[in-house]
Amino acid sequence: MHAIISHPLFAPVLITLALIAAVPLVAGYLSLVERKVLADFQVRLGPMRVGPHGFLQPIADAVKLLIKEDIIPSDSDKAIFWFAPCVSTCAALTAFSVLPFARNIAVADVNVGLLVVSSMSSVGILGIILGGWSSNSHYSLLGALRSAAQLVSYEVALAFALLSGVMAAGTLSMQGIVKAQLEHGVWGVFANYGFMIVPFAVYIIAATAETNRAPFDMPEAESELVAGFHTEYSGFRFALYFLAEYANVFVVAAVAVTLFLGGWLRPFPGVSWLAVPLNYGFPAVLLGGSGLLTLTLVRKLKDPLQQKVLVFLAVTLAILGAVFLVPAVNGAVAGLFWFLFKVSCLIYVQIWFRGTFPRFRYDQLMNIGWKIAIPVGMAAVLINALLGMISRA
Amino acid sequence: MPREYLPILIFLAIAIAFPVAAIAAARLIRPAAPFRTKLEAYECGIKAASDSRGRYTVRFYIIAILFVIFDVETIFLFPWAVRYKQLGWFGVAEVAVFLAILAVGYVWAFKKGALEWV
Repeated sequence: MHAIISHPLFAPVLITLALIAAVPLVAGYLSLVERKVLADFQVRLGPMRVGPHGFLQPIADAVKLLIKEDIIPSDSDKAIFWFAPCVSTCAALTAFSVLPFARNIAVADVNVGLLVVSSMSSVGILGIILGGWSSNSHYSLLGALRSAAQLVSYEVALAFALLSGVMAAGTLSMQGIVKAQLEHGVWGVFANYGFMIVPFAVYIIAATAETNRAPFDMPEAESELVAGFHTEYSGFRFALYFLAEYANVFVVAAVAVTLFLGGWLRPFPGVSWLAVPLNYGFPAVLLGGSGLLTLTLVRKLKDPLQQKVLVFLAVTLAILGAVFLVPAVNGAVAGLFWFLFKVSCLIYVQIWFRGTFPRFRYDQLMNIGWKIAIPVGMAAVLINALLGMISRA
Repeated sequence: MPREYLPILIFLAIAIAFPVAAIAAARLIRPAAPFRTKLEAYECGIKAASDSRGRYTVRFYIIAILFVIFDVETIFLFPWAVRYKQLGWFGVAEVAVFLAILAVGYVWAFKKGALEWV
């Protein structure tokens, strides 16, 4: 037993299994969060039926997709149709292998970690093209073509924004980027006299386009293309595309957090007296407060079973908050908390975009990509180089 | 060095196995009752008028070619971006020249209307 635990591959494999199990769950709950937040923007309730306040909706959705009939159109390329969604899912999942969740929590810390993430996002495009092409349907093909053109256009802008981030950190290793920000005592987004905010803005715009989300959700513009590249997909294969999309939303937010927002560092990592209020107080108040607010909702529910589920949820949140007050545990989980908290904030911003901005027309989308994002990204690289050289001298 | 990549390979293997196994497992519990009209490609309820794999606009090819040029460019810049402080002003000047040459190509494509989407 001891030989297994002390094996160098034990921790990575354990984290791998935990991630592969957790990502589908997280993706499902992201969809619930998105529906709830959008509902709130539009002054309605969102899903309320399954579980208290729709809490078990993602589970019900997953079961429904699992037992749906899997239709493979007779004109399609069966083999490609079969594995295209697997390509997308596999690429989206593999990007998680280099994300630095905390100081010691990462499957692998390789010296080209950032390139692994961006190459995986490129492979994900293949899944979309293959799926749209193999369906042999007009809507699917048009959706796949649009999707591919959009993704490759914004990939260039994304790469320029990443370049600026790499220049500020001086390394491609994901853990190294976070540690460089700890050494500099400032988050990447405020480096170089605050100029890094420009590549950060380019990154957020390009990343929203890369994940096919509103206002750049051309590939699945419902009013024009039915459902875009996955029109012909049903049942569990559709679920895989869905999973890949939400996993990608998490990945782009996590990369932004790592490069620009300090990864698992707390705010003001250089100011030591803030350690207690930020590492102990903030998570405990946030999670404990959420638990208390959840408790106030219990009285309004009529069904006793739903009340019990909600009380269970509230108590779990409160216990999670209390865990942060134990000093021995806090050191291990504070970094993880800050990473996930920042990622959640960025995902909320992406949902906010969707609730606020109307969809672009396709030519407008291409104009933003090629005529604004790419030149600005390219110029930002040069200006960053000049500022970096001046601050070195 | 290759040892560091072993966990990623293991992750990749499990990430491939997960969707394949899930689809295979779902086959055991899902219904399968296909008939001809159900298996037709979706076309708003009418029969598909033509095969979908016809000709499509040349814009997509232009975008693809431009993408290859600019993506290779960014790949060239990554090694420099990591070490640019050690390479000094000479490195910055070289990259500025490199970017200037690409900017000329970009302006040319712009003037030719390759970036216009009609």
